[in-house]
Amino acid sequence: MSRVHVTTTVNGDETEFLCDPRETLLDCLRDRLNLTGAKEGCGTGDCGACSVTLDGRLVCSCLVLGVEAEGREIGTIEGVAQGDELHPLQRKFIEHAALQCGICTPGILVAAKALLEKSPDPTEEEVRYWLAGNLCRCTGYDKIIRAVMDTAAEMREAV
Amino acid sequence: MSTDKTVTAPVDTELRSDPPVTDRLMRADQDRSGIKGAVHTDLHHDSAIKHVTGRAEYCDDIAEPAGTLHAYLGLSTRAHARIRDLDLEAVRSAPGVVGVLTAKDIPGVNDVSPTGLNDEPVLADGKVEFWGQPIFAVIAETRDAARRAAKRASVSYEDLPHVLEPDAAREADMPYVTPPLTLKRGEAVSAMENAAHRIKGRMRVGGQDHLYLEGHIAFAIPGEDEDVIVHSSTQHPSEAQHMVAHVLGVPSNAVTVNVRRMGGGFGGKETQMNLFCAVAAVAAKKWNRAVKIRPDRDDDMSATGKRHDFVIDYEVGFDDTGRIQAVTGEFAARCGFSADLSGPVTDRALFHADNAYYYPDVLLNSHPMKTNTVSNTAFRGFGGPQGVIAAERIMEEIAYHRGVDSLEIRKRNFYGEDGRDVTPYHQTVEDNIAPRIVSELEQSADYQARRQAVLDWNAKGGIVRKGIALTPVKFGISFTATWYNQAGALLHIYSDGSIHLNHGGTEMGQGLNTKVAQVVADELQVDIDKIKITKTTTEKVPNTSATAASSGSDLNGMAARDAAIQIKDRLTAFAAERWQTEAAKVRFVANAVQIGDETVPFADFIREAYMARVQLSAAGFYKTPKIHWDRATGKGRPFYYFAYGAACSEVSVDTLTGEYRVERTDILHDVGRSLNPVIDKGQVEGAFIQGMGWLTTEELWWDDKGQLRTHAPSTYKIPLASDRPRVFNVALADWSENREQTIKRSKAVGEPPFMLGISVFEALSHAVASVADYSVCPRLDAPATPERVLMAIERLKG
Repeated sequence: MSRVHVTTTVNGDETEFLCDPRETLLDCLRDRLNLTGAKEGCGTGDCGACSVTLDGRLVCSCLVLGVEAEGREIGTIEGVAQGDELHPLQRKFIEHAALQCGICTPGILVAAKALLEKSPDPTEEEVRYWLAGNLCRCTGYDKIIRAVMDTAAEMREAV
Repeated sequence: MSTDKTVTAPVDTELRSDPPVTDRLMRADQDRSGIKGAVHTDLHHDSAIKHVTGRAEYCDDIAEPAGTLHAYLGLSTRAHARIRDLDLEAVRSAPGVVGVLTAKDIPGVNDVSPTGLNDEPVLADGKVEFWGQPIFAVIAETRDAARRAAKRASVSYEDLPHVLEPDAAREADMPYVTPPLTLKRGEAVSAMENAAHRIKGRMRVGGQDHLYLEGHIAFAIPGEDEDVIVHSSTQHPSEAQHMVAHVLGVPSNAVTVNVRRMGGGFGGKETQMNLFCAVAAVAAKKWNRAVKIRPDRDDDMSATGKRHDFVIDYEVGFDDTGRIQAVTGEFAARCGFSADLSGPVTDRALFHADNAYYYPDVLLNSHPMKTNTVSNTAFRGFGGPQGVIAAERIMEEIAYHRGVDSLEIRKRNFYGEDGRDVTPYHQTVEDNIAPRIVSELEQSADYQARRQAVLDWNAKGGIVRKGIALTPVKFGISFTATWYNQAGALLHIYSDGSIHLNHGGTEMGQGLNTKVAQVVADELQVDIDKIKITKTTTEKVPNTSATAASSGSDLNGMAARDAAIQIKDRLTAFAAERWQTEAAKVRFVANAVQIGDETVPFADFIREAYMARVQLSAAGFYKTPKIHWDRATGKGRPFYYFAYGAACSEVSVDTLTGEYRVERTDILHDVGRSLNPVIDKGQVEGAFIQGMGWLTTEELWWDDKGQLRTHAPSTYKIPLASDRPRVFNVALADWSENREQTIKRSKAVGEPPFMLGISVFEALSHAVASVADYSVCPRLDAPATPERVLMAIERLKG
């Protein structure tokens, strides 16, 4: 099958790649652009391990085709830190030990960042239900929820 | 606090004049007041920064060499059938396909049975024994091409009768996949006859899929001669190595298996990865190109084993106070088509059928049933949870029979002194802290007042009912296969003072590498960031045991400590000789070595030692003492020690729909003297939630043809962030210390807290019982899905 040329913006950088029109955005990120932070947990949009943002909206990249990225802005876990400076969410996840095997962590951070951009002062219930689309099999979620709440508080103070 | 002095010992100034830059860097931020990352301190996971930035490399993230091929499995669509014809022409001719592998392409033995029973083919040969069994593998230029091609196979089957459930298997006289076990003490049958009260019951306990977020994966790279390197996500690299060698028909020394980290394991990657490693390796050698295999989630769940489902028939005899006189139990397990680890799993179910309770006369039998389902395997707790839940059901039965709070019945039956301290396998319980844990939790969770509030609430007779339960756990630590209780480690100190640590355990998120590094940091008194933790590889530490049975830190921590002590002893001898003093005056202090009244920075000291030709590398070893087990007589000391815990959960149940939520959970858990409290607490929380999932929302459901229909997270529901208890208080018993000489007096933590989830199950049962005024035991089966809860409510309402 002939490949399609896609021009897109990933984490602020203009990027091009060639892909099979049937290829998912997740596979394009991982295999074409070597951005392996997003993971395939289920391939059906049920686990959130592949979470990225598309024009600022939280999506499962396994349910988006690579060709749909044309002209759009993609945000991935690789763009969350500014160089060596971690995003407050990343710092708080480490401080609260809100990770174990770490494979769901990139997706959860991307999802949590999207929440805080939309809702800087979320209730705990809002955090729990927002993150219900991201499975974690290790932590039991408690430390994740605490880390997100703590980050939100810190970011509000910093404003 | 010591101060640095110039090194005055005789040194070769010519050679020392230009220390490497790294030496100076290593010393830059050293703190003499105490090391960073000592044992018994909170320390984040060593890969945490990589985890949060997406840079942690999992097997599927490893850069693929040019020309890497991808394998995909073709799975059976029958539960039990002869393969009449296997037509793979359409597969071979599909775009991008390089070739296919079937049973006849296996160069060595077509078998990956971990116990050597030769009952588990890599690829089915002539017949299939479960729906989802691998029949062939297709190898193609891309994963997508391989996956599409696999669907084009044409298989003609001749159906054979199939059996899915363990009780149906017993009725159908299906064979055992492995010899059963009997545990017997006293005369249970006559004691039962003489008991004041007797209750007989049956409980069905569902299995559980691991749902590690990273599925199975193996990536084989062919080497020269017979060599092959396999990167995989396995909890048991040594077994994967031996299995790949067995399947390739080459010696083990030709095969290297590497594991940097797993995206979750939970037992699901103990033996189940062997097949994927074998297929990748066979293909890599056949086509002399790198080959990766990664099934999609549905295939992963269909083709790989899970927690064993059990049907448990129990009988208990007890006196008027609710004290047990006799217990009998028949534990039938859905083992699947082959033995895999079903022997030790069903054994462990019997070992835990007492939980924390003394059974004066007891008779327990396991029935490891062959069924036409995927071969079930290890899963956190390893059969133990299925035993514990039977004990807790018995407590419930007695409580409802006597009209007494189940917590009171539990207390009356705890192990104690004076002849009430021997288990059904004749091991004496020497370290019983269950009563103290339970009593402290009862206070801190305000159990009595809250239970009364629950009873008062339910007395109003509303639609929403509440339930509360406090359940303990006692869990035996050690592999019951005694020879598994050994471990190795390899430690190098380089001449710049930096340290390379390797051990036989694997990192799956449990923080094992962090804990083992803490042990080494503590022993050598260096900051933990001077220690590089490296991937697990069969090249560095051979013949390792699976990272399983919660034993990772106990075994590997001790092995690493042994290696550190060996080097330390050599360094001490060197220092005593060079500085002309006694060994007793050589002390390893924070990032330095104190020799008499001189303090030499660690890196300088190591440089000295290197120049003096001191061996700075050691292989450490450990084997657990005291344990022994005679399976034939059912007697011994299979466990080095026990870990304890307790949980109290409160739930609300909608009696019109069966829906429920967990309002509050309080946990007090024993990890001895924790090596790393924040990591241990994470294990406790995660295990509790996973245990809760097992007993509530996670339902494996096979249709009558034998196809698993809940084979992805769309239909198989693990707990979500929204399911976490509304109030969740978790504490470690900070006063606890292991009585045995374990690594820094800590206790294993991986599995024991899994069983704390039983408190949610029992709380649901309590809420259900309220509709019949607590007059009957609701006898909920697990998982207690909302449907099952609703059915139980309807049943109790009559």
